[in-house]
Amino acid sequence: MTETIIAWIFRAVQFGTIIMFGSMGEIISEKAGNLNLGVPGIMYLGAFAGFASAYGYETSVENPSRLICILLALIAAFAAAAIGGLIYCFLTTTLRANQNVTGLALTTFGMGVANFFGAYMLEGEVYTAAPVSNSAFQAKIPFLSNIPIIGNVLFSYGFLVYGAIILAIILHIFLNKTRAGLNLRAVGENPATADAAGINVTKYKYLATTIGAGISGIGGLYYVLDYNNGIWATTGQIEALGWLAVALVIFTTWKPLNVIWGAYLFGLLYWFYNFMPTLFGITNAERTTSLYQMLPYLVTIAVLIAVSIRKKKESQPPAALGLPYFREER
Amino acid sequence: MANEQKMHEPFIRIANRDNISFAKKVCIRIASVVLALIIDAVFILFVTGLNPIDVYIQIFRGTFETSLRFAWAMRDMVALLCIGLALAPAFKMRFWNIGAEGQVLMGGLATALCMIYLGGNLPTPVLFIVMFLTSIAAGAIWGFIPAFFKANWNTNETLFTLMMNYVAIQLVAYSTNILRGQASSLGTINMATKAGWFPRIGGYDFTLNIIIVAILTVLMYIYLKYTKHGYEISVVGESENTARYAGIDVKKVTIRTMLISGAICGLCGFILVAGNKHTIATNTAGGNGFTAIIVAWLSKFNTFYMLLIAFLLIFLEKGAIQIASIYHLNDYIADIISGIILFCILGSEFFIRYKLIFKHSPNAQKEVRVND
Repeated sequence: MTETIIAWIFRAVQFGTIIMFGSMGEIISEKAGNLNLGVPGIMYLGAFAGFASAYGYETSVENPSRLICILLALIAAFAAAAIGGLIYCFLTTTLRANQNVTGLALTTFGMGVANFFGAYMLEGEVYTAAPVSNSAFQAKIPFLSNIPIIGNVLFSYGFLVYGAIILAIILHIFLNKTRAGLNLRAVGENPATADAAGINVTKYKYLATTIGAGISGIGGLYYVLDYNNGIWATTGQIEALGWLAVALVIFTTWKPLNVIWGAYLFGLLYWFYNFMPTLFGITNAERTTSLYQMLPYLVTIAVLIAVSIRKKKESQPPAALGLPYFREER
Repeated sequence: MANEQKMHEPFIRIANRDNISFAKKVCIRIASVVLALIIDAVFILFVTGLNPIDVYIQIFRGTFETSLRFAWAMRDMVALLCIGLALAPAFKMRFWNIGAEGQVLMGGLATALCMIYLGGNLPTPVLFIVMFLTSIAAGAIWGFIPAFFKANWNTNETLFTLMMNYVAIQLVAYSTNILRGQASSLGTINMATKAGWFPRIGGYDFTLNIIIVAILTVLMYIYLKYTKHGYEISVVGESENTARYAGIDVKKVTIRTMLISGAICGLCGFILVAGNKHTIATNTAGGNGFTAIIVAWLSKFNTFYMLLIAFLLIFLEKGAIQIASIYHLNDYIADIISGIILFCILGSEFFIRYKLIFKHSPNAQKEVRVND
């Protein structure tokens, strides 16, 4: 019983970390008023670039260093995803294209790039693995992870799980306590006012979207090198996770601190079907799996409705979300 | 005048273009596609080392080599076009219906359930009527839910409809899990009796699909352009406040338009299942619900442009499958090629709506003089 609960929590935290990165990136982007629906594509770009660079390094060097694996993968994932964000921002901010349509095109593009080039690594196989990088990303905290139960629940994850929590706290401080963070929120709430106050709207939009995309990309990287045990295969799995990350942004009402528990809650809901038979004695689980996997989306819809009905000021989406800003048309 | 020139003048200024000639518009659009094809050619050359001209010839063959291929391309095009038609009224109203994928799946699921449980029990015409009605009802319900909340509490429809897709996908997954019994997948429905299958016309199962969507294309054009409803939709899309002052019931228009949008998506699910796939699965809509958003937006809600853009995208998809099999690449290259083309077309809209005025161009001088 205890073991099942621990296994459930473990899986939920890992799952949560993927979408945590995805939605933290999206929160930054949305705070600048850019509703980037390219998150799935961006996560694909990050996953592919991170895996490819780690895999390339690992297979070409005799004794690959785990630290270099980590650094290479992180930098490559961040950079590739940031380029995706840059394309989006150039089209929507500079060329003023429609945000929703551009985001969806980016999702198609990112998925295409990742799976097309990914096939070159597969060399005809169904999947390919990067074991050294995988072990580097999955390395548990020494000593602490040996403590019974607590060690398993708290200290047995790869470093990115803790990285995600720290990043959420940093983002919270950034958005609420720093001038740059407040400026960013002003851009997303009312770009015309922000512009009049001397804030460079274009610069904030570009930086937020690009860095945000980079962070989302790390989520894709975490999926391949940790959650999926360092295995690359041509799947559509990341796309569904990307949309779940967008859902999580709504669920958290655009607050980074809520992402921490929200993501784990989504993880628990998502994996509920797997642990339900042992924990609650509910049988015939296999057929009803899909109904339980619907839960995160239903919960998000409920939050979306509740937030719009209650009209609480603090939990509204950024007022200018999805709207273009042209100074000349003010 | 002297003072004005001393003032700081940015290198490039952007100004609204008031009225752009049709020819110029077409030129900009064609230029954007040509640019995309050049970028794609460079990409193909560097990544695969293949001659881009040969590759483009193969892409052309993907649709036009045989009449069967052309028929298949038409079949897939009408599926995409049908969803585009469904989205047009919603988008024109500035209601971001990203949920077409789910609405199509619900329509398809309703059709499939009718085929399974009613096929053989009802006379064929009655069966078709029941399938038709349940599928559009299912799609309409899926469209109604987010519209209801948007109309009453201004709930963000982009995110709501997006989530509804996944609820629909999981519902379809659940239903097929139940229906398939011990088999690994649902398989073709009514394989022996062909109950609920569209009749074969001219050698193809899907001829009726093409006819239905062709009629719908004309009807939607008329609906948006020449009816009171279409006018109300465009007023609400331009400005909700204006619509209210003009005495238009925005709530009613929002809900009514989304019922229509969802219903046509449901209809698309109906023709996909009855006239093409003869089964239901989570990938029955095949991402077309998302692609159609791009189709509807780029065509500016003109259903005949929609036809062109849907054809272009399907042409590319078929071409990519062709080059993938000829050159042993994987067909995700289709996503890359169409992604680049979409980026270019989206970017080109800017040059249609705005003009750039460079600091030292004669145009700029002229404008300054006019300002004097």
